[in-house]
Amino acid sequence: MLRERLGKDLLFFDGGTGTLLQERGLKAGELPETWSVTHREDMVDIHRQYYEAGSDIVLSNSFGANALKLKHTSYELPELIKAAIENVKEARKTGVCDGRETYVGLDIGPTGKLLKPMGDLGFEEAYEVFREVVAAGERAGADLIHIETMSDTYEVKAAVLAAKENTGLPVFATLIFDERGKLLTGADVPAVVAMLEGLRVDALGINCGMGPQQMLPVLEEVLSYASVPVIVKPNAGLPKQRDGEVYYDVEPEEFAECMEEIVRKGAALIGGCCGTTPNHIRAMTKRLKESNAFRMQKKPHRFQERTIVSSYGTSVIFGDFPVIIGERINPTGKKYLKQALKAHDLDYILREGIVQQDQGAHILDVNVGLPDIDETQMMGEVVAELQSVTSLPLQIDTVDERAMESAMRIYNGKPMVNSVNGKQESMDSVFPLIKKYGGVVVGLTLDEEGIPSDAEGRVRIAGKIIEEAKKYGIAKKDIVIDVLAMTVSSDAAGAKTTLEALRLVRETYGVCTVLGVSNISFGLPYRPAINGHFYTMALQAGLGAGIINPLSEDMMKSYHSYCALMGYDENFETYIRRYGNQSAQKPAVGSAEDVGMSLKAAIEKGLKEEARHAVHILLVEREPLAIIHEEMIPALDAVGKGFEKGTVFLPQLLMSADAAKTAFETLKEKLEQCGLADTKKEKIILATVQGDIHDIGKNIVKVLLENYSFIVIDLGKDVSPETIVETAIAEDVRLVGLSALMTTTVAGMKETIQLLRKSKPGCKVMVGGAVLNQEYADLIGADFYGKDAMQSVYYAQRVFGRDNEETAQ
Amino acid sequence: MDTRTKEAIRYLGYGSKAVDDRTLKLISEAFTELDELADKRIVYRIFEFFVPDSEWIVVEHLNIHSKNLSKNMKGCEKAVLLGATLGSGVDRLIRRYSCMDMAKAVVVQACAAAVLEEYLDEWQEDLRMRMERNGYYLRPRFSPGYGDFSIEHQEEFLRLLDSAKKIGLSMTGSSMLTPTKSVTAVIGLSRENTVCHKAGCEMCGKSDCSYRRDTVEKR
Repeated sequence: MLRERLGKDLLFFDGGTGTLLQERGLKAGELPETWSVTHREDMVDIHRQYYEAGSDIVLSNSFGANALKLKHTSYELPELIKAAIENVKEARKTGVCDGRETYVGLDIGPTGKLLKPMGDLGFEEAYEVFREVVAAGERAGADLIHIETMSDTYEVKAAVLAAKENTGLPVFATLIFDERGKLLTGADVPAVVAMLEGLRVDALGINCGMGPQQMLPVLEEVLSYASVPVIVKPNAGLPKQRDGEVYYDVEPEEFAECMEEIVRKGAALIGGCCGTTPNHIRAMTKRLKESNAFRMQKKPHRFQERTIVSSYGTSVIFGDFPVIIGERINPTGKKYLKQALKAHDLDYILREGIVQQDQGAHILDVNVGLPDIDETQMMGEVVAELQSVTSLPLQIDTVDERAMESAMRIYNGKPMVNSVNGKQESMDSVFPLIKKYGGVVVGLTLDEEGIPSDAEGRVRIAGKIIEEAKKYGIAKKDIVIDVLAMTVSSDAAGAKTTLEALRLVRETYGVCTVLGVSNISFGLPYRPAINGHFYTMALQAGLGAGIINPLSEDMMKSYHSYCALMGYDENFETYIRRYGNQSAQKPAVGSAEDVGMSLKAAIEKGLKEEARHAVHILLVEREPLAIIHEEMIPALDAVGKGFEKGTVFLPQLLMSADAAKTAFETLKEKLEQCGLADTKKEKIILATVQGDIHDIGKNIVKVLLENYSFIVIDLGKDVSPETIVETAIAEDVRLVGLSALMTTTVAGMKETIQLLRKSKPGCKVMVGGAVLNQEYADLIGADFYGKDAMQSVYYAQRVFGRDNEETAQ
Repeated sequence: MDTRTKEAIRYLGYGSKAVDDRTLKLISEAFTELDELADKRIVYRIFEFFVPDSEWIVVEHLNIHSKNLSKNMKGCEKAVLLGATLGSGVDRLIRRYSCMDMAKAVVVQACAAAVLEEYLDEWQEDLRMRMERNGYYLRPRFSPGYGDFSIEHQEEFLRLLDSAKKIGLSMTGSSMLTPTKSVTAVIGLSRENTVCHKAGCEMCGKSDCSYRRDTVEKR
């Protein structure tokens, strides 16, 4: 059985097929997979040569056999996969003469598409593509599923999940790293290994991209993180180009010698990729059968027990330094975030994420639980959107099991999950998810009896959680314990108990810890003072990760001081960068220079801070509405007119818009205090149409429309006609703005307009985008063509009958 | 002012007007960020091809119907197919600025386009020197989507280059390149050194375009 042999026996894969097929007449751009049907004898012959050369695992000719690549061909996927597997089986009959146990691997390569949010292939669509392949492969009799040559953690995740959920076969996954140890999409080695082991692959490793010699450094890194057996399948050297043609020039003997070194380092499954031939594999198996490299191998043991969370691009390794988990994406006690969630204002939430990253957060907590929203839906959207603007790993924070699962599923990387606790019910529902999707879970030290008042009680519950997790095969490294900070105002010993429990949990179990720090001061005045000091004390007691507000200067002072004092900040680099000019007189906002700058001037010049300052000064004497009508609107109008005349350009227009927005925010607070906030506002839908992923034009229009007090429902990019029409009906919207970049996507625009005409008559449509002009707009039946962003604003004003009013916010 | 700054200013719609200092500062910051973040990669292959008549060109099994391209490639023996990208990190950066600072977002977007062009120009200059040593001269880059060279050829193009695997360059269902800051193009290789090959922009039929280089220079 293959599973039992993994890691115990050295197993040999086959080598490349591409070059061999080209020698037999395969054309550039032709789908090699079709040869499984059209050139069966050639395929069987190639597979046989590999078995004869000593390969234990020969891969089927199905690398690119998937629904996406076969779309424009006449081939049926199941037949192609069946033929591919049968060819290998046929080859085995004559190719294996020594009675050794051999295997047929179902080979799976990438789809060739980029997944959302950077591309247009949805995660579940990718999953479906792979599901079809693995199901057909298992039916055809494959012994294992080999996912290889992957460059994107997200796509690998879709493939591995599909294989795990739909077959009972062992699953291997290998990726292409470059010489810096990164994937094309930027992920580093710990990020990849942590995610794949979380998904419980049976073996993982590296293939393609480099020759055996160049792979050594990356291999060592992989080995130092991986607990499962490691696969290495290099090319026959670095690709060289001759007249644009790629070739490889490491000869079989040299290849074999390098592979021996690779095995000595710790690889357990080896083979070849591009440019390798049966001769390479023969030389390799021969050399290694005579070698003691595998028996004598010393795998480096360094980080296998470390707690690691990851995103598509980066990993956070607990223990290297104290980790900051940003707490701000959580509606509890936050009025504006609640509003944003209810209004589906994702940009507000994204900004909360970005500013926390800018202030030094390493992980972002994401909690979107509100009584009247669909948490599963919202959590999924927020997680996906956050991953399109920040590379920080996320902590999925919810008590809703469904929201937790769906977010873990679509998360790109190995997430942190908040939380499980000592109640049997909680462990029964959360641990299966961790087992299936991987993740580092926060274990709260409370159970059916509540929160123990003493440290020992909390330590006992931590132990219970760790023990229960073990039953699922979840390692200690994937659990971080939260010993809970109780408010000192209700329990005077609260802080001491928490600190004691932190220390004991570390000592007793060697697990990492996490703590929501600011709870401690609840009910006390001047909370930042207590929080900052308690944070330092917790760090000193061994806290691995504090869940804090990175925008709080008190907390960050504690953090940076602690790091500087305890040797986590080499040469005080961060400390000095952050506080180096603290003593110098900082030019205070609104000082000498801009005193006297009018609000109008600040907006026209696009100066945010000056605009805010000017509003504060004006508010001393004047009403908010008067400021809007007498200062801001004339300024915005002047800028808009300048833009039309060609004296103001796009970046300046947008800087002014931004300054105006800042001023509005200040005024909005004032208006709310006066109870004047709910003035009637008109809704406009904006969307980049289906098939189109370029949304910068739409975003420009959005900023300007918001300046003029329209409520913009931003549906994003690649939006289906149905979504636009449904939203228009549900929100009773009278104006829809559509954007498209290229001729190929104007079709989506036309379709949307037609559907709107049918289902929401009376709704006006304005269009814009690079390929459009008036003629084109007429052709597809739009009501208005906006040649630039200001034209859209003017049109919106006309539609809502505002032409003669002063109307900017 | 360096070329890429000039190009970025042109993409931002300034025409021949003087650019303001704050925008200039944004541009310089954007280039600094892009220089660090852009993961420039290129893949190319050289193919034999032929032009059966004035409306078609044939590369491998790929038949392209395009008068513009056929004219551009007239007299060539070989064709260089190339794909290049700045990687998806740039798309993320633009997305990030789109929700924080829209002025910065449009500037980064323009600068990224300039960085990509500069990268291709430098690469092409290197190719030109190598090819001229072998007696070949380069025609201007020509991309799917220019003139009557249909963007629908994008898919076959990417497959011939195996670009998804090699440099992470792929496309959407509507033939848009992903990551978005990417280019595919064909360059003709000819034995004769014909002059007058101004690249790209100037030979487009859309003469009233406000981004047009020669109009901009004339104004």
